[in-house]
Amino acid sequence: MDTAKAQASASGETAALPPWQDPAAEPLIRLENVTKRFGDFTAIADLSLDIHEGEFFALLGPSGCGKTTLMRMIAGFETPSAGRILLGGEDLVPIPPNRRPVNMMFQSYALFPHLTVADNIAFGLRRAGLPKAEIADRVAEMLRLVQLEKFAHRRPHEISGGQRQRVALARALARRPRILLLDEPLAALDRKLRAATQFELVDIQERLGTTFIIVTHDQEEAMTMATRIAVMDHGRLVQVGTPEEIYEQPNSRYVADFIGEVNLIEGVVTSAERGRLTIEWAEGAAPILTRSDVDAPVGTRVTFAIRPEKIAVSAERPEGLVNAWQGRIEDIGYLGNLSTYHITGPAGMRFKVQSPNRRRIARREFSWEDRVWFAFDETAGLVLTR
Amino acid sequence: MSDTASGRTGNPGERLRRALLIAVPYLWLGLFFLAPFVIVLKISLSDSVLAIPPYTPTLDLSRGWEGVVAMFRAFDLENYVWLTEDDLYWRAYLSSLQIAALSTLLTLLAGYPIAYAMSRAPERWRPILLMLVILPFWTSFLIRVYAWMGILGQNGFLNQLLMGLGLIDSPLVILGTPVAVYIGIVYAYLPFMVLPIFSSLDRLDRSLIEAALDLGCSRLQAFWLVTWPLSRPGIIAGCLLVFIPAVGEFVIPSLLGGSRTLMIGKVLWDEFFANRDWPLASAVAVVLLLILVLPILLFQRHAERQQRRADE
Repeated sequence: MDTAKAQASASGETAALPPWQDPAAEPLIRLENVTKRFGDFTAIADLSLDIHEGEFFALLGPSGCGKTTLMRMIAGFETPSAGRILLGGEDLVPIPPNRRPVNMMFQSYALFPHLTVADNIAFGLRRAGLPKAEIADRVAEMLRLVQLEKFAHRRPHEISGGQRQRVALARALARRPRILLLDEPLAALDRKLRAATQFELVDIQERLGTTFIIVTHDQEEAMTMATRIAVMDHGRLVQVGTPEEIYEQPNSRYVADFIGEVNLIEGVVTSAERGRLTIEWAEGAAPILTRSDVDAPVGTRVTFAIRPEKIAVSAERPEGLVNAWQGRIEDIGYLGNLSTYHITGPAGMRFKVQSPNRRRIARREFSWEDRVWFAFDETAGLVLTR
Repeated sequence: MSDTASGRTGNPGERLRRALLIAVPYLWLGLFFLAPFVIVLKISLSDSVLAIPPYTPTLDLSRGWEGVVAMFRAFDLENYVWLTEDDLYWRAYLSSLQIAALSTLLTLLAGYPIAYAMSRAPERWRPILLMLVILPFWTSFLIRVYAWMGILGQNGFLNQLLMGLGLIDSPLVILGTPVAVYIGIVYAYLPFMVLPIFSSLDRLDRSLIEAALDLGCSRLQAFWLVTWPLSRPGIIAGCLLVFIPAVGEFVIPSLLGGSRTLMIGKVLWDEFFANRDWPLASAVAVVLLLILVLPILLFQRHAERQQRRADE
C-alpha cells in the first residue's frame, strides 16, 4: 500500500497537477505587489500574480478595472509606481518595450497602413536583424499559420476586419515572444466571426505553446478560451481560478454577478450544523436549505447565489428537491435554445430561471401569468459572505 | 463612378440641378482665373507703346469681326523671344526656383518639429497652439514684413540684442541679403507648412508608435519607419503650399532682399511699373505660370489621391 501511494505521488498525481497548483513550479511571469497610480487615481493596487509557461491567461473585468493598465505594464508602455514584474526571475521594469521578449496584439490592431501584410509581419523580424532568408521563411510560416498566404501583398485597408485581426496576430507572434499580450483581440469582430476566432486562437496557442495573456471584458470569451481567469475590480484581483472554479465557486458577490447570470438572495443564517445551513430570506417563505463549508455562524448575514440554469421549473411540486417555492411567471426571454423565465416568488422576490427548450415554441409548457413551482436541491447554490 | 451613373438615370430636373451645381465652380474659375489669364496672355502677345493702355493692338469692337481679325494679325511672340535673349530673365527664374526650393526645405525643417510638438501636446492645449500658429494672419502681411526690416536692420533689434549679449562686436549685415529673404519666406509661410503636417500627425493612431516599439524599434526608428512615412502626405502638401507661392514672391525679396536678390516677382514688378512694359511683364507672368503648372498639377494629383484614400 505504501509503495502504491509513493508511486502515485511520484508519477501520476504530481505530474498531472497544473503548474499553478504545483508549489515547486517557477512562474514565467510574476507580479510582485505592483501598484500603478496616475496622479491621485490608483489604477492597480498592490497586485500580485503568477502566470505560468504555456498558460492562456485571461484578465477579466469591466472597463476601468485596471486590466489594460496591467497589460501595458507587462508590455513596457507603463512603469509601475511600485512593485516588480519578473520574467523568468529577471526584473522587467527597467527594460524598455523594444527589448522585452513580449509582444502585444493591439485592440485597434495598429497595423502599419503604409506597409503590406507581409511587410507588417516582417517588421519586427527586420528590427531583430535576422538574415533575409530567415525573415522570408518566418513570414511565410506566419502567413500559413493565419491562412493569409493569398493576401501577403495587400495593404491593411484592402483586407477585411477579420483578416486584419489575423495579420495583427501573425505580426505579434512572428518574433516568437515568450509572452503574447492580447488586448481585447476580438472586440472589433462580429459575433459569429468572434466565436470562430476564439477557437482558432486557442488552437494556435496550443500549437505554439506560447503563453497568452488576454485582456477582455467579455466573460464568455474568457470562459471559452482561458486556462485561468483573473477577475479584476478597481485595480485589485478579486479571484483567480480556472473557468470552472470562477463559475461554480465564485468567492464573492462581485464575481458571481460578473460571470454569467445569477440570482442573489440576501438572508440570515438561522441554523448551522455540520456543513448544512438554513437561510431565512423572506417573511413567511420556506427557508433555503443548503450545504456549505463557509464559516457562517447563526445570525450571519449572507448572500445565497444560485445560477438560473440550476433551478427547475415545474407545474407540480417536484419530488426530491428540498428547496421549492411557488411563483408566477412574469416574463419569458426566448433565446432559441434556452428560455429565461422571470418568476416572482415569495415576498415579491424575482428569480431568473433558465431551462432548455425541449419542445417547439408553439407547444411550450408554460406561459405568462402561469403559477409554477421552482426548485433546486441543497447543493445547487453557493453561500457568499462578501 | 456612381455619381455619373445616377446622373445618367436621373430625371431632367435633377440633371439640371446637377449641371447648375457643377456650373458654379466652373463659372468661378472661368471668371476669376481663365478670363484674367486670357487677358494677360493677350497682352503678352502685344507690343509696347506709349499710350493708355500701354500696349497695342487693342480690341476695336466697333469694327466688328474685322477688328478681331486685325488684332490677331498684330499678335507676335516677340516678347517671349526677348525673354530668351536677355539672360536676366532666365537667371531670375532659376534664382527664384532656387530660393523657393531652399526656403521650402528650411520651412520644413522649422515646421515639422513645431507640428510634431503640437500633435504631441495635451489635447486641451492643441486648440490654443493652433490658434497661435494662425494668429499672425490677423495682421497684414505687408506690416509683418516691414516689422522684419526693423528686426534685421543694421540697428535692428536682432543686432542690438546680439551686441548687447556680447556675441558680436559689429552689427551683422542681414537686411538686403538673401539671408533676409530666407528668413522672411520661412517666417511668412510657416503656417502653411505646419498646418497640413499637424493635421496628418494629429490623425496618426498613437498605438502605431507603440506597436513599432513593441516590435523592437527604438524611439528614433519608430519615428523614421512609422511617423515620418505616415506624415508624408502632410509634408508634400505643406511643401507645395510653400514652394508655389514662394517662387512668385515679390514683397519679401523687394523689402528684405535689396538689389542683390534676384527674383522673378521683382523683375515682373519692375517691368510693369518701372518700365511700363506691360506686354513683356505679361510674358514673364505667363512663363512663370507655365513653370508653376507642373508643381500645381502634382499637388492636385496628390490631393486627389489623398481624397480617394480618405474615402476608402
